[in-house]
Amino acid sequence: MIFNAPFISVMILIIFGLYAMVFRRNLIKVVIGLDIVESAVNLFIVSLGYVKNGIAPIYTNSPGGAMVLPTPQALTLTSIVIGVATSAMLLSFCILIYRYYGTLDTRKVRRLRE
Amino acid sequence: MSVWDFIITNAPALAIAVPLLGAFLTPLIYRAGRKTALIWVLSVLGFTEFLALLLVYLVNTYGIQVYVFGGNPSTLAIPPDSGGIPIRIIFTVDGMSAFTALISSTIGLVAGIYSVASEKGRGAQDKFFALLLLLVVGMMGMALTGDLFNFFVFLEINSLSAAALVSYRIHGGKAVEAAFKYAVVSSIGALMILFAIAILYGEYDALNMAMIAERMYQTGFSAMDMIAMALIVVTLAMKCGAVPMHYWVPDGYGEAPGEISAMIMVASQASLYGLFRMCFTVFGLSANTHSLGWFLIILGLLSMFIGVTMAFLQHDIKRLMAYHSVSQTGYMLLGVGVGLATLGTSAFNQYGLFAMEGGIFHILNNMLYKGLLFLTAGAIIYRVGTSDLNKMGGLAHTMKFTAIFYLIGALAIAGIPPFNGFVSKLMIYESVYQLNPFLAVVAAIVSMLTLASFLKVFHSAFMGPKLYNVKEVPKSMLIAMGILSFFIVLFGIFPNIAMTYLVAPAAHALADPVGYITRVLGGGA
Repeated sequence: MIFNAPFISVMILIIFGLYAMVFRRNLIKVVIGLDIVESAVNLFIVSLGYVKNGIAPIYTNSPGGAMVLPTPQALTLTSIVIGVATSAMLLSFCILIYRYYGTLDTRKVRRLRE
Repeated sequence: MSVWDFIITNAPALAIAVPLLGAFLTPLIYRAGRKTALIWVLSVLGFTEFLALLLVYLVNTYGIQVYVFGGNPSTLAIPPDSGGIPIRIIFTVDGMSAFTALISSTIGLVAGIYSVASEKGRGAQDKFFALLLLLVVGMMGMALTGDLFNFFVFLEINSLSAAALVSYRIHGGKAVEAAFKYAVVSSIGALMILFAIAILYGEYDALNMAMIAERMYQTGFSAMDMIAMALIVVTLAMKCGAVPMHYWVPDGYGEAPGEISAMIMVASQASLYGLFRMCFTVFGLSANTHSLGWFLIILGLLSMFIGVTMAFLQHDIKRLMAYHSVSQTGYMLLGVGVGLATLGTSAFNQYGLFAMEGGIFHILNNMLYKGLLFLTAGAIIYRVGTSDLNKMGGLAHTMKFTAIFYLIGALAIAGIPPFNGFVSKLMIYESVYQLNPFLAVVAAIVSMLTLASFLKVFHSAFMGPKLYNVKEVPKSMLIAMGILSFFIVLFGIFPNIAMTYLVAPAAHALADPVGYITRVLGGGA
């Protein structure tokens, strides 16, 4: 059971993030919700590669023994970089929307429907 | 080794590397002047187009191309000391990949030519062209890669650059609002795909599509595979704009500049490619393809019908066309869905393969005529300054070429001979009819409604008294529209050219997951 703790927290984080994206009215909070989902997915990938009592997968001066799987860490690193780009772009959209609309309230940011 | 040999050996990698490096050099070269930068961008796009054509040639002549990054030689998929696992990043180019790469680079080249004039005088053009090249990279990468995580990365490149391009003309904040919506929807979708990829990785300890498909086939289709498949299929269906996940399409396509709408339309067809690749190659051997195929068919029917009926309510020319692309995506899902539903049965050879060829031919045709229609809409907005159909009228008096190009596109999308839409629609009617007559009836009705809707646009935009004293659009825009019109007429009169060299190899490649897997896992060439 205790070994499932990372996976349970992944699910909880995803639900929190989706809740924020759907029900929060501020666009910045929507972006935060997206970032929470992203962190949850990253946590999921990293915990997949965890080996009990494993050491960091660095070969120089390795003391021997089991190593943690390096591929998920490489994937997470890439995913974090992509996430930074996404957040930066979404937040710059928020800045532009605020400049033209004067608000970040999702109920008021709907000029496309008119 | 001569340059020519180098290009042939490394064609799959170069098809990504050339536009990628070209994109990042564009802002630098732009400092030397707009003209130099335009020559640079167009030659990069032209070279990418050449590489895509080369890939089509190589695949048609020598079969599936495997390119291993860092491999020595570059076709060595499984190194001898790896324990039988393809550990490196592998690009696998089969008929369908080469086909998608070709349509992606073609629309990139056409949009590049078009934006020479249409974006003249706007700010931040160096970034515009850099993003345009990056969008081409995203589409090509999704088409060529054989690695799931790589697919996610290119999907994100695709989404980010497309969202940034949607917001390029700020349009009083409206374009930014549309771009925000598009970016949030595609990012959450990409994260779900990453989640599914992580599930598959945790289960099968591999990221290579062929390896996952092979191991899934050996161990059987588990509940976790089901979750991963549902996440991937639903997300990619959303990215290609199928009803009921189409809500971002009218905003995104409607607010983008004309040539970018055409490119995003093809970018969503790259997602459609991803959907087909996952359904056929990764899950095709293990999952229940019959029900998966029917899922695609139902999505297709809904998209066709709801897309076209929503289009009737629109009075904004770009939004109207955006709803029509939802409807056209339905035809492709229908055609390929029928192929997937009958995969592995005797019905597949009777009509399933033919339906798939129709669906895939429709992807090519849709790129041509829908791209052309978006370009004409961009041309109208360029001259008139409004996208509201109620304010337009009488444009055929002065914009004669645009009117002719519009008419070609409209007749092609409605499936009137001798234009290309007729061929692929006829193929779809003839084949899906044998699975269930109802499918063909819906497809035919939607086709008629499409014709009605586009004639309405033609009437309100081009006919009537002269309201605007406008000139014809600049030459580069006319050239771009002319290229697409030429191919519409060519493939309408001689559909065998496209069928033999592009469509049939693509359909056969999709229908043969075993060939794909053995080509990758069978070791080096």
